[in-house]
Amino acid sequence: MQGERKIRVLIAKPGLDSHDRGAKVVARALRDAGMEVIYTGLRQTPEQIAETALQEDVDVIGLSILSGAHKALFPRIMQLLEEKGLSDIMVFAGGIIPEEDITEMKKTGIKEIFGPGTPTDTIIQYVLNNVPKRT
Amino acid sequence: MTNAEEIAHGVLAGDRRSIAKAITIIENNTVEAKKLIASIYPQTGKAHIIGLTGPSGSGKSTLIEKIVREYRRKGKTVGVIAVDPTSPFTGGAFLGDRIRMQELSTDEGVFIRSMATRHYPGGIAKATKDAVKILDAAGKDVIIVETVGAGQSEVEIIKVSQTTVVIHAPGLGDEIQAIKAGIMEIADIFAVNKADRENADKAVMDIQAILQLNNKEAAWKPPILKTMALSGEGVPKLIEKIEEHKRFLEKELGQKRILGKAETELIEAIKEKVTSSIIDELKRGGKYNELLKKIIDREIDPNTAADKVVREKFKKAE
Repeated sequence: MQGERKIRVLIAKPGLDSHDRGAKVVARALRDAGMEVIYTGLRQTPEQIAETALQEDVDVIGLSILSGAHKALFPRIMQLLEEKGLSDIMVFAGGIIPEEDITEMKKTGIKEIFGPGTPTDTIIQYVLNNVPKRT
Repeated sequence: MTNAEEIAHGVLAGDRRSIAKAITIIENNTVEAKKLIASIYPQTGKAHIIGLTGPSGSGKSTLIEKIVREYRRKGKTVGVIAVDPTSPFTGGAFLGDRIRMQELSTDEGVFIRSMATRHYPGGIAKATKDAVKILDAAGKDVIIVETVGAGQSEVEIIKVSQTTVVIHAPGLGDEIQAIKAGIMEIADIFAVNKADRENADKAVMDIQAILQLNNKEAAWKPPILKTMALSGEGVPKLIEKIEEHKRFLEKELGQKRILGKAETELIEAIKEKVTSSIIDELKRGGKYNELLKKIIDREIDPNTAADKVVREKFKKAE
């Protein structure tokens, strides 16, 4: 009897934010869409996030950041994922990321960025449509 | 090399990516899962497996973080499997045990994996047992399995663990009454966590009172320890007791328990194989739905139906 392939998602909070309501709402929404969602908790370093993604063998990472440090933290996370051979993971982000930074952030390999007020259904659909096909 | 062989190779070399992928293969129960376990199995049986169970909010994850740190101080490598429930309605799961252990995530001597029950009953996942084997084969000295928040019937953990620690905490209401019949009986060690709270001594006494009714002749009497997971107080003592229990198993009960575990695993594997082969055959022959309809229409009861099917299956062999 073959089991079912579940989508595994890591919701991570890099940096020094002290507020994670948004991350939890997204985590809950993805859970309710039938995914297995691992949450790191607050104040994670890029190293912790990349290593957690590796150990948990996730398909998708959602980064949530409000502090404004995305320009420092996101490229570092993407670089570490590449070093660990995890470039096949689909990464999206959300939180407070100014319009003018989005292109630059996407250049680091982040596939999509969702601003405040994005309906959770939009995020769920995006994940379902873009989750990498893995063996 | 096939994918399974390559991953097995990596697991045996202790490669973290391979360990992670191996556990995924087992969780998804693909055709590769059986090959994978078959090839790593000879290298298992070396780790000490600790099961940690107790009610929600008793501090299991926080205590595990401190236990891992203590083992790391002693130079041991550690694997952790933290199980959380799958939603019965959506099939999704929120796996939050790691939050308390994240500082350990960059320690190369530690591997932590969150696991959803995927509807398996008893407080662990179906894949937990084989995931433990992966970590064992990868060379982890100690493997800790954290069950879902447990009460009366989450006793499946004893099929996996060698030393079972049951955690309780004061101020969880009458939980002690609730766990009396269920997980109380599986404990090799009790930890009363949050021992700085008032009523901690009362919780210890409650457990003592229940234990007094147990078999006084038992060779191992479960000790009751007080711990404070936040500060780590009491954790060295807890590890001392775990090690003492490990030595006790090696000396006294070891062979009996090992035999019992092997037997349970063999019986479960046979059950699963026989069941799926019969069901598959019925489905192929188109009889499956027919039989279900008869049961629904009250033409035959499920037991008699099963009797018939099983007799049919083994008739040829007789």
